[in-house]
Amino acid sequence: MLAVVAVIGLLVYGLASKGSSGVALGEAAPSPTLPKLEGGGTGSLAEYKGRWVLVNVWASWCTPCKQEAPALEEFQRRHGGPRFTVLGIDSRDLSGDGRGFVRRYRLTYPQLRDGDGAAAHEFGTTGVPENFLIDPTGRLQQHWVGPVTEEDLRDEVAPMLPKAKS
Amino acid sequence: MRARLALALLAMLAVLTPAAAAAQRASLTEIEKQVMCPVCGTLLQLAESPQAQREKAFIRRLIAEGKTEAQIKDALVAEYGDEVLALPQGSGFSLSAYVVPIIAFVVAALALAIGVLRWRRSGRGGAAETASAPKGEDAERLDADLARYDL
Repeated sequence: MLAVVAVIGLLVYGLASKGSSGVALGEAAPSPTLPKLEGGGTGSLAEYKGRWVLVNVWASWCTPCKQEAPALEEFQRRHGGPRFTVLGIDSRDLSGDGRGFVRRYRLTYPQLRDGDGAAAHEFGTTGVPENFLIDPTGRLQQHWVGPVTEEDLRDEVAPMLPKAKS
Repeated sequence: MRARLALALLAMLAVLTPAAAAAQRASLTEIEKQVMCPVCGTLLQLAESPQAQREKAFIRRLIAEGKTEAQIKDALVAEYGDEVLALPQGSGFSLSAYVVPIIAFVVAALALAIGVLRWRRSGRGGAAETASAPKGEDAERLDADLARYDL
């Protein structure tokens, strides 16, 4: 009887320690601390509080990620700054491959590394790429399963961003 | 004599060293059986996804660099975390994967031993009773039956 209770207890603990996953629109987005893909140190979504952040979960081996990378970089060059940034999370990928991807597509936005996929799990992704638009208070405002296009960025993200003061 | 002995030792070393090195060399086939494809959730050996192909290429590169199996598995853990190992590591919560079956086995063995002891104790009393000779009506019926089937 004691053994049965112990096994059930371990199973419950194991499931609980995996944590819940997924975030609904309007809810606070997870902000795990992750190593930076390049340059050492760590970073997290919390560092960008006060800005709109487009979290892009990607991997170098993912073909749709290659398709969307130029659009994301172009959008970052136009809108990146104190009010907005794209934040890449390289998930379940080899760090060398990830760095190669960043160089190949000349990505300038910050990149974090999620080798074991725990951060992607917290966001509730089912694959790569997935994109999450987080508002300045840290709440999820929009979610795309699959790659974002230039049109998505222009029509759905750009209108949310505050206009720069002239 | 000493020179011959030295030559013989050198010859033995020349034969044994490459064999030992070959035995220790890591192989993709062996490592594939021990690590997971993190995206597919299956053994790397069974996976053909793009991520698995990159993982296999990574292992091949480390083998070509002369890394041992343990070094390659450590490198994979550094890239993908502990869950890349098909068998959990023997520390933290993962330790329960090894400890729980042992505890369960010991508890089951104890329960079985106690059960057998109790059964044997109760079984002895019963056996003594059946071993005693039938009496009265039973003895007569037994004799009659034996006589009926006596050829």
